[in-house]
Amino acid sequence: MDSVLQAILQDLEKTFAAKGSEFRGQASLLVPADQIVAAAQALRDQHGFGMLAALSAVDYWPQPQPRFHVVYQFKNIPQKLRLELRVALDGNEPELDSISSIYPNANWHERELWDMFGLRIKNHPDLRRILMPEDWAGYPLRKDYPLGYEEVEFTFNFEEIEQRKPRPKE
Amino acid sequence: MGIESKLGNLGIVTTTLEGVVNWSRTGAMWPMLFGLACCAIEMMGSQAPDYDMSRFGMELMRASPRQSDLMIVAGRLSRKMAPVLRRLYDQMPAPKWVVSMGDCASCGGVYNNYAIVQGVDEIVPVDVYVAGCPPRPEALIHGIMTLHEKVRGEKVRDWA
Amino acid sequence: MTISQIEITSDELRHLVSNRALEGETLLLNMGPQHPSTHGVLRLLLELDGEKVVSCIPDVGYLHTGIEKNIEAKTYEKAETMTDRLDYLNTMGNNLAYCLALEKLVDLDVPERAQAVRVIFTELQRISSHLVWLGTHALDLAAMSVFFYCFNQRERILDIMEMCSGQRMMTTYFRPGGLWRETAAGFEEAVRAFIDDFPRRVDEYEGLLSKNPIFLDRTKNVGAMSAEQGVAWGITGPSLRGSGLAYDLRKEEPYSGYEQYEFDIPVASEGDVYARYWVRMQEFRQSLRIVRQALDKLPKGPFRSSNRKFVPPPRAELGTSMEAVIHHFKLWTEGFSAPKASVYVAVESPRGELGVFLEGDGGPKPYRCYWRTPSFVNLQILPLLSKNHLVADLVAIIGSVDIVLGDVDR
Repeated sequence: MDSVLQAILQDLEKTFAAKGSEFRGQASLLVPADQIVAAAQALRDQHGFGMLAALSAVDYWPQPQPRFHVVYQFKNIPQKLRLELRVALDGNEPELDSISSIYPNANWHERELWDMFGLRIKNHPDLRRILMPEDWAGYPLRKDYPLGYEEVEFTFNFEEIEQRKPRPKE
Repeated sequence: MGIESKLGNLGIVTTTLEGVVNWSRTGAMWPMLFGLACCAIEMMGSQAPDYDMSRFGMELMRASPRQSDLMIVAGRLSRKMAPVLRRLYDQMPAPKWVVSMGDCASCGGVYNNYAIVQGVDEIVPVDVYVAGCPPRPEALIHGIMTLHEKVRGEKVRDWA
Repeated sequence: MTISQIEITSDELRHLVSNRALEGETLLLNMGPQHPSTHGVLRLLLELDGEKVVSCIPDVGYLHTGIEKNIEAKTYEKAETMTDRLDYLNTMGNNLAYCLALEKLVDLDVPERAQAVRVIFTELQRISSHLVWLGTHALDLAAMSVFFYCFNQRERILDIMEMCSGQRMMTTYFRPGGLWRETAAGFEEAVRAFIDDFPRRVDEYEGLLSKNPIFLDRTKNVGAMSAEQGVAWGITGPSLRGSGLAYDLRKEEPYSGYEQYEFDIPVASEGDVYARYWVRMQEFRQSLRIVRQALDKLPKGPFRSSNRKFVPPPRAELGTSMEAVIHHFKLWTEGFSAPKASVYVAVESPRGELGVFLEGDGGPKPYRCYWRTPSFVNLQILPLLSKNHLVADLVAIIGSVDIVLGDVDR
């Protein structure tokens, strides 16, 4: 790993009680949930990570702790560095602070987290569903949400499925 | 049709009328711009010079449903878009036809999940299904030709 | 007319429109999902003061396909067919991003020939994507003949793709470890014929548009964006290079052998629609340069890795070797497994940074595959760029940001 990145990682580990790790040359930092806004601020102002490249989540159901990991990818363009931050969340409708005041493009990413995973984002200017219709129930990318698979029609179940399938009257 | 009820089944007159009306309908059937996803690019490709669709009368694609006859549903239909599709279909004046282009529009395609309607024939009545992912422009033109044949076979009693 | 008489499709949008709309002073117009100029199913709720846009609220999700959840249900190799259909103008680029992420996760090698062919196809795909962009952008600005010229040239590229993989668009030609099969017999001649003929076509398109007074009027000083705004909003790709920042992932984090090829990064400084148009026109020429170098240096050798733990053996071996049969059986029934870890790999798609976050769980299916798609991020800046512009300018701005709705909605 880059020595500059190593130094940044050690600094962040000390300041935010974070745990760093590395896999295939990519650095990752596990930050406590209440420290994420301060960590994002420090990354942008002190260490030059000006761009939030990606923001997503992973659902570890049925493992209860941690249930979710929220993954942030930051990019430092002048020094060519990438850093991943992870936040562990538990519970069925966990809450997380918004970083859209620091990185404006987190706005839609956090709406997607709310829509797909049900992670309530505090202090978000406009938290509503983005990809699913507004009246959709459930959070599709959670592991306990079914795929919504429709049975394939073969000869033996053709009539049965045709009766159930909605068809337009005109 | 008023003529048929007044003249009765004279045989010769109504068949010629059918022939003329059906021929004129297939001659200039204007599709509505309803490209949703990847199939839309192949639909644009079939409008382009290499596989020109204006040879077959589809000179231009109308954006407004009120001015078009044919809706080519090109691409995957998501559940959020389904009410919009039905609304646009209802806004088209009769006579209207629907071509379901591609696998996703015909049967849900590669995506058997919560977000995609498994076949647009759950929402609108379809006349011709064109298979492919995406179908080649030649396949789409073959589908249009099949639709033209179907329209040429329509009878007077189907219209009213 | 008070707000109760105006139909806003959703009460939730009330807080996003200004107070003048609530009094009826400005008009709320729906540029609906079906519209010729929105390049797909994008809905924009416009608040208009006469012809000027006061605010513009994009509403996406009309093409949401649930690809990420579908990928979680398939094995690693089978999931690759889902990846073509994300950004459907850059199909081979999506395949490349997925294969690179998977190869990094399981630490799989890729032979040199496969890397060179991947570069050739990715650059041809970039040219084909920019041709569609140019055709539809010019069509929106009422230059219809450019549309026909561009699609005509695109057919030549699709012929080359069909020659090697059998499919025009959704090829899935790149596989983990290399390519699906060896390139076809006339491949090199076809590519060479194309790159010898194409430069004069680019000159033709530039001749039609670059000095055209109508085009200049519609694109100069429209939708200007600064580099700082771009970085803060996460914009990447030609949109950021049109604002002065020379940031291209092929140079910053080279992959698949890009460090061997010499090419420039076109950068413009004004940041308006014309600057982004100019950047993409120069990218045509740079892509041709890369393809020419890759073709001249094209090494001979295997087209796919021979690591049988991940790559199925060729059918000829199955008759003679027992290990080949065992590997074949395991790979085609259960599939290979990836470690319990995650990687994030980013490539430069024609629209910007296309990133794949792939997390494995020790099993044969991806546990989480998140696609950081450039159009989703680039679209967020549309309300900012279109403030105080006319509706006609909005059409030009949407075209210049170059979004593909499959990318936005996944």
